[in-house]
Amino acid sequence: MKEIVVISGKGGTGKTSITASLAYIGGEDLIIADCDVDAADMHLLMDPDFGKAEDFFSGELSLIDQDACIKCGKCQDVCRYDAIPIIDSQYIVDPLGCEGCGYCARVCPTDAITNSQPNVGKCFVSNIRTGSTMVHARLSIGADNSGKLVAKVKKDAKAIAEEQKKIAVLVDGSPGVGCPVVSSLSGASFVILVTEPTVSGLHDLRRVYELVKKFGIKAGCIINKADLNKEVSDDIKIFLKEEDIVLLSEIPYNVKFTEAMTNGKTIVEYDKELGNIISESWEKIKAIEGL
Amino acid sequence: MKIAIASGKGGTGKTTLSTNLASFIAESRECVLSDLDVEEPNSGLFIKAELIHEEDKFKMIPEWEKSKCELCGNCQAVCNFNAVLKMGKMIMVFPELCHGCYACSELCPTDSLPMKQKKMGELKFYKKGNLNFIESKLIIGEEQAVPLIKQTIDYVDEKFGEDVIKIFDSPPGTSCPVIEATKDADFVILVTEPTPFGLHDLKLAVETVKQMEKPFGVVINRHGIGNDGVEMYCREDNIDIIARIPNDRLIAEIYSRGELLYSTIPSVKEAVKSISNYVDKFNSQKKRETK
Ligand code: SF4
Ligand code: SF4
Ligand code: SF4
Ligand code: SF4
Repeated sequence: MKEIVVISGKGGTGKTSITASLAYIGGEDLIIADCDVDAADMHLLMDPDFGKAEDFFSGELSLIDQDACIKCGKCQDVCRYDAIPIIDSQYIVDPLGCEGCGYCARVCPTDAITNSQPNVGKCFVSNIRTGSTMVHARLSIGADNSGKLVAKVKKDAKAIAEEQKKIAVLVDGSPGVGCPVVSSLSGASFVILVTEPTVSGLHDLRRVYELVKKFGIKAGCIINKADLNKEVSDDIKIFLKEEDIVLLSEIPYNVKFTEAMTNGKTIVEYDKELGNIISESWEKIKAIEGL
Repeated sequence: MKIAIASGKGGTGKTTLSTNLASFIAESRECVLSDLDVEEPNSGLFIKAELIHEEDKFKMIPEWEKSKCELCGNCQAVCNFNAVLKMGKMIMVFPELCHGCYACSELCPTDSLPMKQKKMGELKFYKKGNLNFIESKLIIGEEQAVPLIKQTIDYVDEKFGEDVIKIFDSPPGTSCPVIEATKDADFVILVTEPTPFGLHDLKLAVETVKQMEKPFGVVINRHGIGNDGVEMYCREDNIDIIARIPNDRLIAEIYSRGELLYSTIPSVKEAVKSISNYVDKFNSQKKRETK
């Protein structure tokens, strides 16, 4: 079973629209995992039924029992994150600031501090309109550990794919180069890099590819809005050649791209011409990965 | 006066707005722009200014000193992030997992784990006339953005007084990094697109700023595409729409070359002007209230 991850470094390149299109083309052969847990949007195009929901607990959060607290201030002294302010002459843990290191509880002389595992999000397994299954999630606001939630979404999607003998898991990856995208990439067999010919697009592509390289994953690239800037487009192609990244396709700048999304449709359903380009990319990936 | 520019998702035009707004304001008075999207800082591509200072940024991690260690295992027991492990007669520290809480170090009975500096990124300070630009970049493979964001804000606070306008280009999303980047702001500008994805992500961003009890307003980018969902949502929830930047292929082309827009595109100039006026009004109102 293969794992194909779509990433873009930064948002706005059309990553999710393209992933949704691939999900539509692949239909029942694929299990979908939305690992962009911070701003999950796949569900807007996939019409999920939120069939199974599960709370996700991770990390730790401290809580001070005011009856037991003798106001010695030791907890505040050791907290490196300034997460224990004094409010109305009480020591209170600020849940948005607390890193969950547990140091305060270890030094409290009266054991007034307890740690609990906070609910940091929800994880869903849904039937979607492509006839397949999607695992997706919603991270709570200000929550840490999005990397762990990403790992869970992927693990669940893989388990379903194996059980149902699907050919691959298709992952809408997280943005950035930090912890969540590291989780998105680990274990991937192929990475699709979605970029656009802008100086920032190329900049982010280079940066995120450094990470892909660390994992040693084979990569292909889709250039969206390819005709927006020929010069930068050429620079991207030179970069791809240097790094031995397959150029999967070039999608022209087209308002239909956004129109499709506004109508709740994938691009392949909405526009034949754009759809064909994406279908071709999918054929290339299948050939490379032997699907 | 601190203004954070944020969005539920990347790629909505956050960087475009920050760089154009800061450059516009700097035409008449001193202004600082700080790129806190440390995973993928992009503002620097649009600001052509002179580098006047750079420094490495460090996080503190424990380093094991063998000589006095009694191998009691306390360090492993107190680390909530599994970043210290006792393996046979060795204590191993995993720097990328360490959150720098100091617990293992300060609770070690023999002082065998002194905290040492480890480079996590670089800060650069550029200047051009009234415009000060400060950018930090995380080293690839470094998973935690928050400490670097925090140090960058501290640097800006140290260098510039209260009355200088400070614009923070925040990282995308609703998790820890964006909370860190916006929690000191006096006002938050949320940038969105008038599409279903944009609306969905805007709602998450609104929830986040409301939880932080920050005053905020919305700027709609690529106005004219998509539908009127965002406008209706803002009207119903009494959210100010501060400005609208039209959808225009020419804007996308200029952006793709890494150039600023407001001097060539009148509608963008209008937009940054109204944002600047809005912010001034907000500021003087706030000053009056505190008096
Ligand atoms: S658990 Fe750590 S971060 Fe949270 S309040 Fe206690 S010392 Fe501070
Ligand atoms: S260390 Fe314990 S007793 Fe002391 S102020 Fe903190 S919670 Fe209260
Ligand atoms: S707590 Fe200190 S003495 Fe004990 S094993 Fe760790 S480093 Fe060694
Ligand atoms: S400083 Fe804190 S997070 Fe880092 S290794 Fe020590 S106990 Fe763990």
